[in-house]
Order: sequence, then C-alpha cells, then structure tokens
Amino acid sequence: MAEAIAGKPGALPVLRGRHDLPEISGRISAIVLDGRLPRYFWTAFFACFVFVLIFLYSITYLISVGVGAYGVNIPVVWGTMIGNFVWWIGIGHAGTLISAVLLLLRQPWRASINRFAEAMTLFAVAMAGLFPILHLGRPWFFYWLLPLPNTHMHWPQWRSPLVWDFAAIATYASVSLMFWYMGLLPDLAVLRDRAKSRPAQLFYGILALGWRGSAFHWARYQTVYFLMAALATPLVVSVHSIVSLDFTFAITPGFHSTIFPPYFVAGALLSGFAMVLTIAIPLRWAFSVQDLITLRHMDNAAKLMIAAGMIVIYGYASEAFFAWYSGETYERTMMWQRAFGPYAPLFWTMLACNGAVLQLLWFRRVRLNMPVLFAIALIINVGMWIERYVIVVTGPSRDYLPSSWGEQSLRWLDFGILFGSIGTFFALVFLFIRVLPAITIFEVEELAGERGGAR
Amino acid sequence: MAGLRERLSPGPELWRSLDELADTPEFRRFVDAEFPSIAERIPRLDRRTLLKLMGASLTLAGLAACSRAEDILPYIRQPENIVPGKPLYYATTLSSDGYGIGAVVESHEGRPTKVEGNPDHPASRGATDAIMQAAVLSLFDPDRSRMPLKHGEPAAYGDFLADMAELTSRLAGSGGAGAALLIEATTSPTMKAQLEALRARYPRLRLFQHDPLATPSGAEATQTLFGRALAPVYRFDRADAIVSLDADFLGEGPGRLAYARDFAARRRVRRADDTMSRVYAVESTPTITGAAADHRRPVRPSEVEAVAAALSAVLGGEAAPSALALDPAWLAATADDLKAAGRSALIVPGVHQTPFVHAAALAMNARLGALGNTVELIEPPDAMPIEGDLAALCQAIAARDIDTVVILGANPLHTAPAGFDVRDVFSQLKLLVHWGLYRDETAFAAHWHVPAAHDLESWSDLRAHDGTASIVQPLIRPLYQGRAVHEILAVLGGEFAVSALPLVRRTWAQTTWAQALDDPAWRKALRDGFVSGSASTPVDVAMPADLRGLNPRVEAAKGVEIRFVADPWLRDGRNANSSWLQELPRPLSKIVWGNAALISPATAGRLQVENARVVNIASNGTDIDAPVWIMPGHPDETVTLALGFGRKLGSVAALADGHDAYRLRSLEAPWIVYGATVAPRDGSARVITTQHHQAMEGRAIVRHASLEAFRKNPHFVRDGAPPAPTGSLYPDWQYSQEAWGMSIDQSACIGCMACVSACQAENNIATVGPDESALGHEMHWLRIDRYYSGPLDDPDVFFQPVPCMHCEKAPCEVVCPVNATTHTHDGLNAQVYNRCIGTRYCSQNCPYKVRRFNFLDFQEFDKDAAGPEQAAHNPDVSVRSRGVMEKCTYCVQRISEKRIKAQIENRHIADGEVVTACQQACPTQAIVFGDLNSKGAAVVQEKAAPQHYALLEDLNTRPRTTYLGKIRNINGRLSPGGKADG
Repeated sequence: MAEAIAGKPGALPVLRGRHDLPEISGRISAIVLDGRLPRYFWTAFFACFVFVLIFLYSITYLISVGVGAYGVNIPVVWGTMIGNFVWWIGIGHAGTLISAVLLLLRQPWRASINRFAEAMTLFAVAMAGLFPILHLGRPWFFYWLLPLPNTHMHWPQWRSPLVWDFAAIATYASVSLMFWYMGLLPDLAVLRDRAKSRPAQLFYGILALGWRGSAFHWARYQTVYFLMAALATPLVVSVHSIVSLDFTFAITPGFHSTIFPPYFVAGALLSGFAMVLTIAIPLRWAFSVQDLITLRHMDNAAKLMIAAGMIVIYGYASEAFFAWYSGETYERTMMWQRAFGPYAPLFWTMLACNGAVLQLLWFRRVRLNMPVLFAIALIINVGMWIERYVIVVTGPSRDYLPSSWGEQSLRWLDFGILFGSIGTFFALVFLFIRVLPAITIFEVEELAGERGGAR
Repeated sequence: MAGLRERLSPGPELWRSLDELADTPEFRRFVDAEFPSIAERIPRLDRRTLLKLMGASLTLAGLAACSRAEDILPYIRQPENIVPGKPLYYATTLSSDGYGIGAVVESHEGRPTKVEGNPDHPASRGATDAIMQAAVLSLFDPDRSRMPLKHGEPAAYGDFLADMAELTSRLAGSGGAGAALLIEATTSPTMKAQLEALRARYPRLRLFQHDPLATPSGAEATQTLFGRALAPVYRFDRADAIVSLDADFLGEGPGRLAYARDFAARRRVRRADDTMSRVYAVESTPTITGAAADHRRPVRPSEVEAVAAALSAVLGGEAAPSALALDPAWLAATADDLKAAGRSALIVPGVHQTPFVHAAALAMNARLGALGNTVELIEPPDAMPIEGDLAALCQAIAARDIDTVVILGANPLHTAPAGFDVRDVFSQLKLLVHWGLYRDETAFAAHWHVPAAHDLESWSDLRAHDGTASIVQPLIRPLYQGRAVHEILAVLGGEFAVSALPLVRRTWAQTTWAQALDDPAWRKALRDGFVSGSASTPVDVAMPADLRGLNPRVEAAKGVEIRFVADPWLRDGRNANSSWLQELPRPLSKIVWGNAALISPATAGRLQVENARVVNIASNGTDIDAPVWIMPGHPDETVTLALGFGRKLGSVAALADGHDAYRLRSLEAPWIVYGATVAPRDGSARVITTQHHQAMEGRAIVRHASLEAFRKNPHFVRDGAPPAPTGSLYPDWQYSQEAWGMSIDQSACIGCMACVSACQAENNIATVGPDESALGHEMHWLRIDRYYSGPLDDPDVFFQPVPCMHCEKAPCEVVCPVNATTHTHDGLNAQVYNRCIGTRYCSQNCPYKVRRFNFLDFQEFDKDAAGPEQAAHNPDVSVRSRGVMEKCTYCVQRISEKRIKAQIENRHIADGEVVTACQQACPTQAIVFGDLNSKGAAVVQEKAAPQHYALLEDLNTRPRTTYLGKIRNINGRLSPGGKADG
C-alpha cells in the first residue's frame, strides 16, 4: 500500500507535502464550519441560483402548457428531455466508478475526490430523474410506471424498456445515496466534534448517527462499505446499459443496434470524468487544496477519459460500419443523413469535440495543464450532450417512410430546461460544499497516516 | 320532476323542452354554449330593463305559438320515437359552386354531426369530398353572421322588413326601375322560378350574376357551334381512351365525384385479363387528374390551344405542326389510341380553357363518334334568367341606371377582378342590401345585411351536374336568425311572412320541366334525396363542319403566364373560415393554411429562388407579393395562383397565411393571364407543408407497374422487395370472432383528400392552427403521402393513403410501459386514451409514423368556452386531452355499433355492414374494409389480388391495412420498357 502511494520515482504524488491529522480535518471542516466563504463563491452560487429560477419557471411552463412547447413533433417525438436524461445519467457514472470500483481495486488516489464525485453523482441522478417525468405528456401520472397494486390490477407492461429504465434509475439513485451517506458518517462525526455552535452540533450530530469512531464501528464500517461498493459496481454497467435499451429495443434505424450498451457506458464514463474535472479544477484552485487534490488525480481522471473516449470513438466507427455492412437501406440512409443531412453540423461538432479534442489528452503536458484540461473537459461535456441529442433525434427523423421525414426544432424551452438543470446542479454542488465536507477527511487522514509522519 | 309538474300545472302553456321549462342553470349554460346568439340576447338586467321586459313579456305572451313548425323527413326509416344516442339520417343536398351534391347527414338529437354521400344521388354516388365533410363545421361556425346589420350596426329583422316594404312599394310603383339583383352561382329551380316571378312583377328590375369561379367558355363554344348554350356530361365508364386538355375532371366541377367513380371503375384490374382505360393529360398546372393519368405532359396555358389544334389535325390525318410544345410521338400515340377507341374515346377540355379548346374537343369527340356516347350535352342546369355579370352591373350603376342593389350571397367587394373599383361604384347606391353567411367585405359596405341560413338550415332545391334536382332539407333550425335566399326573394316580391318551405313546395307543385310533386311524391323525394326522373335528357346536336370562326390565339404569348385556380378547399374564399379545410393539405403541394405561387423547378432556377422566397408578380399594372413553391411537373414560365386566400373574415381565416390572388385577376381573362413578370424579392414568407420529402428513396413503398408488365408478371409487387420474415418471438393472436382488415387500391386512389376530411369529421380530430402545423404537430389520423418519381420537370405522381396499419406484431404495443396501446380480440390495435401518459415511445417505434400526439391542449374541454363548434363533434368518439397519443381506430365506434346491433339480432356482422369513414367518403372506392375471418368478404377478395402487398412487410409488423400495387395503362410505344415515361 505504501508503495502504491509513494509510487514510482517521478510519478505524481496523490498527496503533496506533510500533513498531520488535525491540520487535515481542520482545514477541510473549516470550509463548512467557519462558513467564511469567499465572495466569489457566493457570487457564483447566486449566478447558479438565477438558473435555478429559470429551471423552475421552465418546468412550470412546460407542465402547464404541454410538451408541445418545446421542440418535439411527429416524427421526432423524443427530444431534449431524453437527451438531457441520458446526458445527466452519464455524468452520474463517474462518481460511482470512483467511489465503488476504485475502492474495490484499492486505488488510493480516489480518496480526496470520491466525496464530491459521489455528490456529483447524486445531483446528476437527481437532475436525470426529473427528465423522464418532464418528458411525459401527462407528467402527473408518472407513477403509473410503478408496479402499484390498484383497483384495476393494472400493472406496467414488463416488455417495455421504459419500465426497466424506471427501475434501473430508482435503484441507482437509492444505492448511490446510501453509499454516499455511508461514506459521510465518519466525517459527519468529525464535524459534530469540531462544531462550536449548538445548532451545528445538533445538525451534524443527528446526521452522524452516533458515530464514535470505535474500532468496532470502523470494522463494521469497512465491511458494509466494501459490500455496498460491491453492490454498486454492477450498477456502473447496468444503469446505462438499460438506458441504452430504450433505444436498442426500438426498431427505429439508428436506435436498433447491439453496440449501444457498452457504447453508452463508455460515453457515460467519458462525460462523468469530464464533469469531475469541470468541478475539481475550479475547486482545488478556489479552496487552495492543490496539495490534497493533486495533479495525480487530474492526470488519472484524464487518462480514464481517454480510455473511455476511445471506446466511444470505437462505438461511432462500429455504428457507421455496421450501418453499411448490414446492407439495410434504412440504416444506411439514416447514417448518411446523420452525417450529411440537416443534423450534419451537430454530428460533426460532436465528432470534433469527442473525437478530435479528446486526442489532446494523450499528451502528458496537456493533462497537467489545468486551464487546458478544464477547457477540454468543458468541450467534452458539450460534445457528449450533442452526442445524446444526435442519437435521439436523427434516427426517427429519417426512418422508414420518407414522407414522414422531418426535423424537430430547438426552442427556448429546450434551452431553458437544459441550462436550468445545469444551473440547479451547480447550485446543489455549491450548497454541498457549504454544508458537507467536499473532501473525505478520514480517508485523506488515512492516506497521510499510511505515508507515515502524520499522527 | 316535482318542479316541472308544478310549472306545468297552471294550464296549457306552450313549452319546447323540459329543460327550458324548468329554466335550470344547466339549461342556461347549454343555451350559452350551444346558441350564443340566444345567450347574447338574454340581457343583463337592471331594474328598468326588468320592468320593460315584464311589460313586454306580458304583451308577447300570446305570440309564443308563432314560432315556425316545419316537417322534415328522415332518410331510410322513420323511427317511432327518437332514441337518445341513436342518430337519425336525413337526405339533403349540399351546394358545390351552385350545383347540388346529394348528402345523407347524421343527426344526433337534432344536431347534424357528419355528412355522408347519398348513394342514390347521381352526383354523389355515396361519396363526398372534403368540402362537404366540412359543412357541419361551417354550420356551427361562431363567426357566422348572427343578426341583421343596418349600416353595420345590429338591427332587427322587423326593421329590415319595414325597409323592404318601402322598397317593394317603390318597385311596384316604378316597375322595378333602378333596382337590380346580384345573385351568385346557383341551380335552384325555386330561385329560378322566383326570379322569373320577380321579373314578371317588376318588368324593369334587372338581374345580374357574379360568380368569381364562373367558366363561361364551354357555354360560349356551344352557343357558337349549336346556337344554344349546352353543358357536357361525361361518361367515363364508357371511355377507353381519355385525353384531358387541361381539364381537372377528378378534382373540380360539379360532377367530379361521379366522374371519379366512373373513372376508377374502368381502371379496376385484379386479373391479367382485366382491361383498363388509358388517360393522356396535357396540363397547365399540376392537378390530381394529371397525377392519375397514364401519360401526362405539362404545357403552358397558352399552348393548350395549339395542342388541341394539333391533336385535331393529327386525328384528321394531317401532320402535326412542327413548332409544338409536345413531342410528335406523344401526339401520334394519343391520336392512335383515340382512333382505336372510336366512340369510346373521350376528349375533355379544361373548363378554364378558351372557347376554341372546348369547340375543338367537341369536334374531335363528334368525329370519333363519342358525342352521345362518352359525352352528352344537356341544357345547362345553372341557367338563370340573368342579363349580365358584375361588370355590367357596375356599368349600369355608373350610368345612374341603378340605385338599388340586392346582393344574394356574392361578395363582389372581395372577389371582383382588379381593374374596377366595386366599392367606389357601390358607394353611389342609395340602397345596398346584402344577404350572406358572413359579415364579409360586402356586408359591411351594405346598408342592410341579412344573415343567410346555412345549407343545413334551409329549405331549397338544387340541381346536379346532370340536371337531377334534389331538395335541400334543413337538419336544424337556423342557429343565428339566418334566412333562406327564397325568403329574401319572397320579401322582394312582397311576401313578408312566408318561409322557405312553402316556396320550395310551390315550385315543385307547379313545375313544368319535371313531374309535379304531390304529397307522397314530395315525401319520397325528401327520403330519396333527389327527385326521380328529373335528370336532363341529352340534347341531340348536329356538329357543324367547321368551328364557326372559333380560332386559337394567333400570337405566341410572351412573358410569364399566370394560371389562376380556385383553391381546392376554400374555392372562391367562402370556406376560408373552416379550420378543417384550412388545415387539410392540398393534394399535390401538401400546403396548409395558405397558398403559394407555384412555379416549375426550371423557372425557379432561372429566377434563382428557393421555396418560400417571396416574389413580386406583376400583370396589367397591378402586382402582388407571394412566396413561391416549386412544383415538380409544373410547366415552365408559368405561375399558378390559388384564389380564396388573403381574407380575414373570421377568427380562423385571420390565422391563415396566404395572398389574395384576386388582385391580379382581370375582367377579360379571369383564368389565364399572359405577359406577366415575376421578380424575386428579398426575404421569404412562411409556407407550411405537411410533407417535406417527396421521393421514395428507392424503397418499395408504392409498388407500381404498367398494365403490360402486370399481365406478364401479376406478382410484380414481389420483385425486388425484401421478403417478409415468417418467424416471430411472440405467439400469434387468436381470433374467434372477427379479424378486421383493410385493403387500399392505389390504382384507384386519386389523392382527393376526401377520406382525410371524413376521418377528421368522424373522429373529432382537432385542428391545431398554422403555428402548430408548421412545427409538425398536425393531428390527421389518416394522411395521403404523395411521392414523385422520375425527372423533376415531369415526374410520375403516386398517392398512398396511410392510416394505422393495425399490425399483428405491432411495434407500438410492446414498448408502451402502461399498456395504453393494446391488441383487441378482433385484431385492432387499440389506443386507450385514459391510460396513456404520453411517453411517445409508441410513435417512436411506429415505422409508419401514423400516431399523432396531443402536444398541447388542442381540444377545448370547458363546455362554456368551447363555443358552438363543439356541437359538430361526434358524440360516439371521445375527445382527447393534452399529453395523450391518438391514431386511427378503424372507426371502432362504428364497429361497436354494428356489433351491438348484430348481437341483439343474434347474428354475425354482415360483410359491408361496417364501413369506415374514409371508406364511405372515397369517391373511387379505393378503400375496402371488412372481416378477414369471413371467407367471402370483399376485403378478403381484394387481398387475394396478385398485386397485394403490405407496406414495409420486411419489418415483420404484419399489417392489417395492406395495399394493392398501382397499375397504370402505359402505352408501350411511349416507353418501351413498360416503365412510365417522363
């Protein structure tokens, strides 16, 4: 373990400098307990809050007027709501991967970024969970997707991937929440102990569920945490695979493809890590925690991005290849129209973002240059959103009968809801940073302890 | 009930309904919703008004018995009593440009909801067109004129009568001097009799007619040739070779439904030895007749005369002139086919064309021996005792000969051709009276405006294209104080209190040209929907040796030519306030909610304009701006402008885009203008179309072959089409009772859109307006796809009606998470609106894209806010709320009705008993519906035809709606491969 942390000579450290335990817990908990956050923090929060209001307005408008208020039409009846949903779910993937998979693989570099990555997962899943409901023509009946025993004994139709989807998201959201909360317990106890005001003590005390840090507690904690990690790991693969079945199951050209599950999972990881970087890079700068969240983290996340990204590019290639190889006129026409039809600008932008820009990450200098890495992460986020949208709209816009071919439009409500959800997501991230420790105190302490010197 | 008895107890007070008697709040709301005109007249009471009204009601109490009670007779059977929920059917007649087309109207508790064709009427033969379907909507149109207007202000009808009494005494004194009547196109025998009576009463009264869609060339030609005006009646069922000289006989004219029926009957091919007629069309604007033709050539409007002359020459054994827009081989092939057909040949001149074309066509028909066989001449049913048109009237007004004009129906202020200012001329009048359905331009300029009763509200009579007379029978009492035209004419004749029924009966009691109708005969005429034996007998004519001086225009036309057409649905603009018709795609352009200047691809290339680009079209000193629309198969250097748009006469018409083409029309050449100029402008205007892609992309969608190829290989639909898979993971459905299915014959479909309109009327399909249509939110359950194939300048056109396929292995059924779309026991793919939550997965997974989604609240559910239009709804079909999917149900309400009936009578549903709305409306009987489990059913026979195939069958959806491949009788000489020529 110690070797892994120290790494090979010349490798980037996961923790920089010498730290003792009170210093670590003090520094991290001070962000929460002192509450003296810089002015730009609040400025940024209120900027996001404006988008929260836009989000609320847009949702209210959507529900009171109807889904015809955004761009969907016949033939393209699915639109940005489905695109946003897939995008947000994808973003949520990195958190689970970091916290569960890397935990099981005993990758120590996860320690300082897993907490906010998990929080990011939760918020992203919260955003994602809204979209299937907003997508509905009659959103107030969304619960009809649940197998509720009602007087008609009218059960959901199990053959529909939307029902599987509903179950998959619900599972993912609840497991992520429990896993995140589980990992928070020791830190909540730290906050409880360090809090000076009575309300804070009560607040964190109740949340800490009586954690005393006894060896007994720690043993139980380790067992449960690892068990839950084992439980969450398949979800990384399953959730997005099931989401992709919404498409694969349909006979629409451009949807009906077996490459979708792995392709979607890889895309999810790509966008998830892009979002981790999008948050981590400003975070480590704003709170001067470059020694806790080090360049090693950034480097590793970027490496994972290029790994996932290359699978995504393989997905693009295989989609195009099999459209041709299948010999199906419908698939071929759809693919041709995707590349050279009315959605061609989006398609090529997507390839430029996710294909071309991604290649910069092969260079170590790029991976270690924070402003460039941040820009690349943003571009990949945009590219991944476009990818989701292109997949959702191009298939049905060019399906079987040319008489029905048509495009949908993007209207203000599409953008209001998309940017509103992004704003809400970041507002939640800001609140999270203010209320809970964004970096796992005990795991960083553990890391520092294992490196020796810290007491 | 106790309350009712109490109110009834005082004695024999007159009451109309129990609700009215009880005066419940429900009744008040009903009045408000159903009859806003009444609601408007229930005043807000203050004390003073209350006292006035109490006084008045005491005085008027005795008059309660004075409301008119009239007898109308039901069609088919007289029920002993009206059963709520059971519709009654009445035969009546709807006016189509003045001619009558027989209809059977479904009435629910006194509320007409659906128009069907009258199978016994010669102009309907059971079919309807889109405009007839929309009659119920225009009946309940809240924008209709609701009360008389004096100088634009609401006034009482009694005041109108008082003013008219003054007028009649003046007319009686002067013998009608200084007064004129302006009527619109009509064939009504009662109107004719009344006009003759008026003229007898006031010898100096002058009668004029203004019909913006009048096509007098045919009458001029027969007048010149035979010395009297005659109207042609075509017999397409007897025709083997048909040449259309710019004639749209399937889409226009009073006989179009009958012609389409006969036409399709001669083109019905099921076996290799079946024969079919062959149609050549020369067209100056793309029409559905050209699309149905086996060989079609676009020519400029001015060239049609030359083509007629050349064809005449070739038929006479002469050589065709060299400089002709038409390929000589084409002309020779046409002539040879005509000669071979002999008396079964038929040459149809376009009604808009010049007298020469009509005369040449008549001469050719006569030479071939077809006159009297495929074309018969009758006395024109629309002949009225008139002395001139609008121009003559305006001249007379300008000459101070006339100071009083009564306009019956026409709207000259809008529909007059450019060049003379009708408003200015009419402003010199002392008295201008207007009778019409809407408060239109003329109504507001008039001193008096009286609301007209709708066709479905009035007694009248009309004649069909072959002269058959039929009675117009009201389905409902006038909603908005409308008056039948006969009442107004009676008022002018000094009969102030007479209603239309006795006037019509008087005509038919005294008629000289048909059998007079006594009481039983009158009842029979009402029940049958026509007066038997009233069809005109063909007139024998002797064809003169030459054309009596009718010659083609000598000089070649320069510049761009303009071809005016009436919009197929709005006609002269009278239907502009019908949302069904505004939103019904035009058959070829698929444009909705507006019109565009149609030009050819080559002309667009020359002008360097793209679709929807605004151009300036100038002619004769006037000009308009209009967006262009590039029509494949349009003749070059020609612009087609549709009349009927640009009006803002009601709330629906105000929504529509489009330009007013009347402003370019000239008095001399109402249909074809030569020497116009077209110049592109900057910017574009919105043109909304419901179909954006026109080619089949090499897919086997509309499978077609020539008759020759069909004879060689009857199973041509299997060629080159991917085979249907046979296996499926899901078990097959079992049907112990019926298994419904539909077959659509694409050889018969002419793309007339009647089925789409009928479906809309039957199934309460919402209209969404231009903005939503532009977004692709239109709701038609049935659409007619139009595909082009071949060269852009002269392509082949294919129509394909696409309702729900009701797939056996329906892709929509498996993906719905809430079981909202399910398979029924009789094979329908049913949509359960209440269960639908709007995931739209079903539409996503439907390869035919026949599902329609309520993106917004397209229906008004608040009974009070919904307005009178809601009365046009079919009570057997639920209206759908926002957020649910809907689609074709095979008219499940009609199936249920017949099933219940059959179960009561303990029998199976007979073949042909269930008729879907689209099937019923179809003039060519292209759609056949029935039970696939019943061996001898018509639909089973259709599906046994060799050219039967399923759309996208390679997807293994196993549709129940299937198609018969299109077979065209292509002349092998013009395209040796048997493939369609250019």
